[in-house]
Amino acid sequence: MKPRHKRFAIIGGGLAALGIAAALVLNAFQSNLVFFFTPTQVAAGEAPQGKTFRIGGLVKEGSMKRQSDGLTVRFIVTDTAKEMSVAYTGILPDLFREGKGVVAQGKLGPDGLFAASEVLAKHDENYMPPEAQHAVEQAHKTAKSVKQ
Amino acid sequence: MIPELGHFALILALFMVLVQGTLPLIGAARGSLPWIALARPAARAQFLLVATAFGCLTWAFVANDFSVVYVAQHSNSRLPLIYRIAGVWGGHEGSLLLWMLMLSGWTLAVSALSRHLPDTMAARVLGVLGLVAVGFLLFILFTSNPFERLLPAAEDGRDLNPLLQDPGLVFHPPMLYMGYVGFSVAFAFAIAALLSGQLDAAWARWSRPWTTAAWIFLTLGIALGSWWAYYELGWGGWWFWDPVENASFLPWLVGTALVHSLAVTEKRGSFKNWTVLLAIAAFSLSLLGTFLVRSGVLSSVHAFATDPRRGIFILILLAIVIGGSLLLFALRAPKVGLGGSFALISRESLLLMNNVLLVVAAGSVLLGTLYPLFIDALGLGKLSVGPPYFNSVFAPLMVPALFLMALGPFARWKHASLADMAKRLRSAFVAALVVAIAVPLAFGQWTPLIALGLLLATWIIAGSVVNVIERVRATGGGLLAQPRSWYGMHLAHLGIAVFVIGVTMVKGYESEKDVRMEPDDTVSVGGYTFRFVGVREAMGPNYRAMVGELELSKDGKVLRTMNPEKRQYLSSAMPMTEAAIDTGLLRDVYVSLGEPIDERAWSVRVYHKPFVDWIWGGCLLMALGGLVAMSDRRYRLKKAASARVVTQGAAA
Amino acid sequence: MTRFLVPLGIFIVLVAFLAIGLNLNPREVPSPLVGKPAPAFELPQLHKPDEKFAPREMQGKVWLLNVWASWCASCRQEHPLLVDLSESKIVPIYGLNYKDQREDALRWLKQLGDPYVMSISDAEGRTGIDYGVYGVPETYVIDKAGVIRYKQIGPVTREALDGKILPLVKELQK
Repeated sequence: MKPRHKRFAIIGGGLAALGIAAALVLNAFQSNLVFFFTPTQVAAGEAPQGKTFRIGGLVKEGSMKRQSDGLTVRFIVTDTAKEMSVAYTGILPDLFREGKGVVAQGKLGPDGLFAASEVLAKHDENYMPPEAQHAVEQAHKTAKSVKQ
Repeated sequence: MIPELGHFALILALFMVLVQGTLPLIGAARGSLPWIALARPAARAQFLLVATAFGCLTWAFVANDFSVVYVAQHSNSRLPLIYRIAGVWGGHEGSLLLWMLMLSGWTLAVSALSRHLPDTMAARVLGVLGLVAVGFLLFILFTSNPFERLLPAAEDGRDLNPLLQDPGLVFHPPMLYMGYVGFSVAFAFAIAALLSGQLDAAWARWSRPWTTAAWIFLTLGIALGSWWAYYELGWGGWWFWDPVENASFLPWLVGTALVHSLAVTEKRGSFKNWTVLLAIAAFSLSLLGTFLVRSGVLSSVHAFATDPRRGIFILILLAIVIGGSLLLFALRAPKVGLGGSFALISRESLLLMNNVLLVVAAGSVLLGTLYPLFIDALGLGKLSVGPPYFNSVFAPLMVPALFLMALGPFARWKHASLADMAKRLRSAFVAALVVAIAVPLAFGQWTPLIALGLLLATWIIAGSVVNVIERVRATGGGLLAQPRSWYGMHLAHLGIAVFVIGVTMVKGYESEKDVRMEPDDTVSVGGYTFRFVGVREAMGPNYRAMVGELELSKDGKVLRTMNPEKRQYLSSAMPMTEAAIDTGLLRDVYVSLGEPIDERAWSVRVYHKPFVDWIWGGCLLMALGGLVAMSDRRYRLKKAASARVVTQGAAA
Repeated sequence: MTRFLVPLGIFIVLVAFLAIGLNLNPREVPSPLVGKPAPAFELPQLHKPDEKFAPREMQGKVWLLNVWASWCASCRQEHPLLVDLSESKIVPIYGLNYKDQREDALRWLKQLGDPYVMSISDAEGRTGIDYGVYGVPETYVIDKAGVIRYKQIGPVTREALDGKILPLVKELQK
């Protein structure tokens, strides 16, 4: 094989690897990106039904209720403007507390109940997860602009 | 007084690295011997000063000096001594100081072990390391001074984050930083080569052991971190594709590519520009990792409390260091000649494919890690990229890489024959096929993915065995006569195979259950039965704990009692889950306490994880392989040879 | 040479994104409350729990509202600055004691000095949420009309005090 051909073959091989990777990435992005919505956005119907997404906000004080099976927990997540109910089955993270920031990932049911498959709380007690913070800030912004 | 002494030592160190980072480089460019000779003493003085500063901070922790802000925030008088010491690197400021100590340590090692290098080369390498140190010392002194005082002093400290009060923390960050910072040596060698124009096989031989050393530490650091997350976070996971984990994995991927590309540069003189670019990239990704963790631009469970000033500072540092070296690369690389040519099927081309796959994999991980940031920056919304993305992109890219891995050692340099390799590897492939079909059936569940994982792992192991047998027969020197670097390679490849087995088996056969348990309730998972005995209260040195008692049995035979804990740390009121794990060669049984449901019942999570320890065992084997390869005579002989030349020269 | 510039090009794009990302840093974003009236509340005083305090009592004055807690280490760091400031009598400082135990808070003030004209307890952190508190300490500058003019996230530093807070206070007091 001539050096020129060899060069083409090597470059072709490299491009093929990149192409396959790009295809994999695009495919994975399509099915695995998890978008983030605030309770206000969910209340406005912006969140998709039947698709996984994340919500964030504060766990409303006094809203946490354990169901009869002992493992399912229901609580309300608020961005201080709107609220939504969340159900989660399993063991909550150590730092999950009422009044603290939380991020949950799951799907919205037709009844408006958010069935969480994962609940995240940050590993530092003083700081809110940035997404939860974002939700609260957004709610403040909208609340103020509505009043004006 | 002692904290001020530490602060002062850091300031002196800054002046010292300013000298180390300028004069030797200018000296090397102009051929001024006295300036070149400054490099080594400056490196030694720098290490002494930084070690003094580190010692002072450690003293402040050991002596509970809560008049130092950093100590007050990360320690407590009730904290056991070992964690007071580990607490030195439990927060942002101290971990940067540890980073700096490691950099000084590597610099000292280079200055001590570079006698066989030409003095100009050593001066350039030390000079570049000095410049990196300037950046970091400025960063520490201006944005993250660990010696800042708190007046009046706090009565007691706020305590170390309970997650970090664990033997894992004592070793994980130092190992990881040794790896991160170790790539600065490979980087310095690359920049020195670009500056001097000497980019040849000798250069590759000099920088190879350093790169391997950094790679070993990084491998161990990542493995320790993963193991720590496994038993400390209480979720039974061992890798989460969290941005901070990715930040350590990216330099590993590129570093692995670099280790292989250096082999080609040393043996055949090819891939020179590519090798230099990889060396720059590996260190750049280490710096990028530092930026991502410290600036808080990405949300991660590891995030330190952030300070925007720090983010800007690191970004500027990043832009100068990486931008500068890439510019130098663009200016100098066109002058570097190509090495020996090679055929389409040859060891070179296989290593090239390995490099392409590893770099593309690193690129896809980087893209996934930064994608939320890109989207947010473009104002397109907030989103996160979860583990499924990484799994579905990373795994397919690794399949061909693993397949080629067994092939590599059989291919000859320059030109190899596919038919010949196929013939020699036939038995290995048959063995792999048998294992892939039979073993999953023996475990009661056959899926294509499990079969593929086992096929690749066995293929690598059998390939190595065949290669060893062939070589020992051909050379006739017995097992011990073979070069260590060759054994090192096989050990590291074996490590990968063991790792793949671990991942495949855990993913394929693990089972878990979340249950509500009252005393005397039982739950079974993976053939093991847990009986919940109860929960009692206990006191630790700085925490109160609810200690669960569960009786583990198999086939009616009681094996042991397991005691998972739920701790409440006194000073921070932070709860912590401590899992109880029964470790075995072929499986782990894992139990963690959830929360109390009523007076008698608790939620409990139990796992059965087959072969999970092979994941970390594989990493250990890889690191061991690196160590064996590093000890190869080739690297030492050169030293002895050049030392002889020098003594003869001196005698003459 | 152009192909050797490709890595540099990619890197420059990356840095641009990282720089934008830094500005998106939630702690850098100006609080949505700045320029808006301070949320109203009525909470018990820390020293006299039977008496209440509401921000409308401060109409006509420029004042600082400092959110603090005895469990917060950074508060300790800013505390001496606040004590200095209170002694200079330039501007009254009110403390919002956030999610704290009353005894702990009182002991803390006794130990380190009390820079506050008055401290208010927000034991449950409700008011904190209204103010968008996401880390303690935080400090608000509120003007004569009761509008929040500035929010300091994290401890008050000498630079922030001399560079931003005090000049703003003097401006507002005119």
